[in-house]
Amino acid sequence: MKQKSVAVVGAAETTKMGKIPDQSVIQLHADAALNAMADAGLKPSDIDGVATAGASPVELAHYLGITPTYADGTSVGGCSFMLHVRHAAAAINEGLAKTILITHGESGRSRVGAGGFGRNPASLMGQFEMPYGVTSPPTMFTIPVLRYLKTYGLTEEDLAMVAVIQREWAAKNPRASFKDPITVDDVLNSPMIAWPFRMLMCCLVTDGGGALILTSADRAKDFPQKPVYILGTGESVETPMVSQMEDFTSSKAFRVSGKKAFDEAGIKHSDVDHLMIYDAFAHLPLYGLEDLGFCKPGEAAAFIRERNTAIGGKLPLNTNGGGLSYMHSGMYGMYALQESVRQMRGIAPAQVPGAKISVCHGVGGMFAASGTVIFSNEA
Amino acid sequence: MDRALPTPTPETQHFWDGCKAGELRLQRCTECSKTYFPPRPFCPGCGSRAVEVYAASGKGVLWSYVINHRPRPDMGKDPHSIAVVKLQEGPTMMTNIVGCPQTPEALQLDMPVEVVFETFGETALPLFQPAKG
Ligand SMILES: [Zn+2]
Repeated sequence: MKQKSVAVVGAAETTKMGKIPDQSVIQLHADAALNAMADAGLKPSDIDGVATAGASPVELAHYLGITPTYADGTSVGGCSFMLHVRHAAAAINEGLAKTILITHGESGRSRVGAGGFGRNPASLMGQFEMPYGVTSPPTMFTIPVLRYLKTYGLTEEDLAMVAVIQREWAAKNPRASFKDPITVDDVLNSPMIAWPFRMLMCCLVTDGGGALILTSADRAKDFPQKPVYILGTGESVETPMVSQMEDFTSSKAFRVSGKKAFDEAGIKHSDVDHLMIYDAFAHLPLYGLEDLGFCKPGEAAAFIRERNTAIGGKLPLNTNGGGLSYMHSGMYGMYALQESVRQMRGIAPAQVPGAKISVCHGVGGMFAASGTVIFSNEA
Repeated sequence: MDRALPTPTPETQHFWDGCKAGELRLQRCTECSKTYFPPRPFCPGCGSRAVEVYAASGKGVLWSYVINHRPRPDMGKDPHSIAVVKLQEGPTMMTNIVGCPQTPEALQLDMPVEVVFETFGETALPLFQPAKG
């Protein structure tokens, strides 16, 4: 895409976050959407493009009273919203729509109006993974990790340190679910979920949502909020079965998506002021830092241990506390995007002083898919 | 509670029939000779439809795993491995490692494993155990 041709002009999360037993999934989408429209000074009749995952764009458009000329139902897991941003930017440049709303809502904890987790036993995953007892993501997303640890001579303590440092960021965020400091020992003494993963290495399960509104850079200047420009984007997919990843120490989807986004943005890694890496589990920032090229293979754990990604470090990472401590409704990508936008607007609870470029990297499924969006706050 | 079992499709029937017959059946391309998994009637390496089914060695190494401490109701009550083995022929495959304690000490990465078929009703699942010699 053309750099900085499209901007985020509306961004908001749901009014409440965490435990929301009195709202269904579609209402969480709508609550976030109404907040984002208020942020941008728009009404539903001003929106002519919709994109969402979880719910269908048909449900979303009808529920909000929108008649779109553009609808994107790309649903590849928690990074779907990164792909929606990418597709929306291309669509706006192509004239398919002028003002595109992207929403997320999920009743991950309360399960109000939410579907089940059933999988088709005739699908490849149903045939070749389900019979062996996989349940939810803690028993699938985690499977490559022992191979990663052995390859690079790392331990459980390296996973624990990721959670410890993200909790330090969460402590600065009033909306974070968990704010109390934790130590490596606390993580290693938390209940075992699926060796080598303990509870504090796994994401939260909460209710919530978020929404973004995108328009062309030309129009963005007339909106009430400081525009946040799209500098570069990437996406890719690899496999619906974690057991079929090409390399258990690296995600091909991450590498392809990240490289595409950096190439589009025309930036160097040293230009990046702020980074979000979707952290459903403690190993994801390690894979992300390496596959995006911030660290050499096997060096991300030391990079984190040496506090480069912590408060005051040279590469602030997951500054909202991440899926491990902030919130995680199931498809966390929207919250990573929201934090990047806040950082670019200069209004984040743990604001990185003077941040000009933010990289937001998402994962979908169990290393199944990936999307990357690079933001800039300079026109 | 009954074990969650696969529903074979026309493209995978040979694999599940093989398990019942005590054979781990893989497919390979007769043009580029790549062995691949899961089953499909063409080669994901080169796109050729010229592929054949053959009986694999059933041997491999333990590639990676977790020990699930919150088993699914159909998997019993005790912590158990959910593993990926790397087959001698190249592909990786999800399975459970059986015939040894379900502990990090007993489950060492790269240890040789061999297939053993366990029957559940009309289905046999390919599980793996530490290789015997
Ligand atoms: Zn071939």
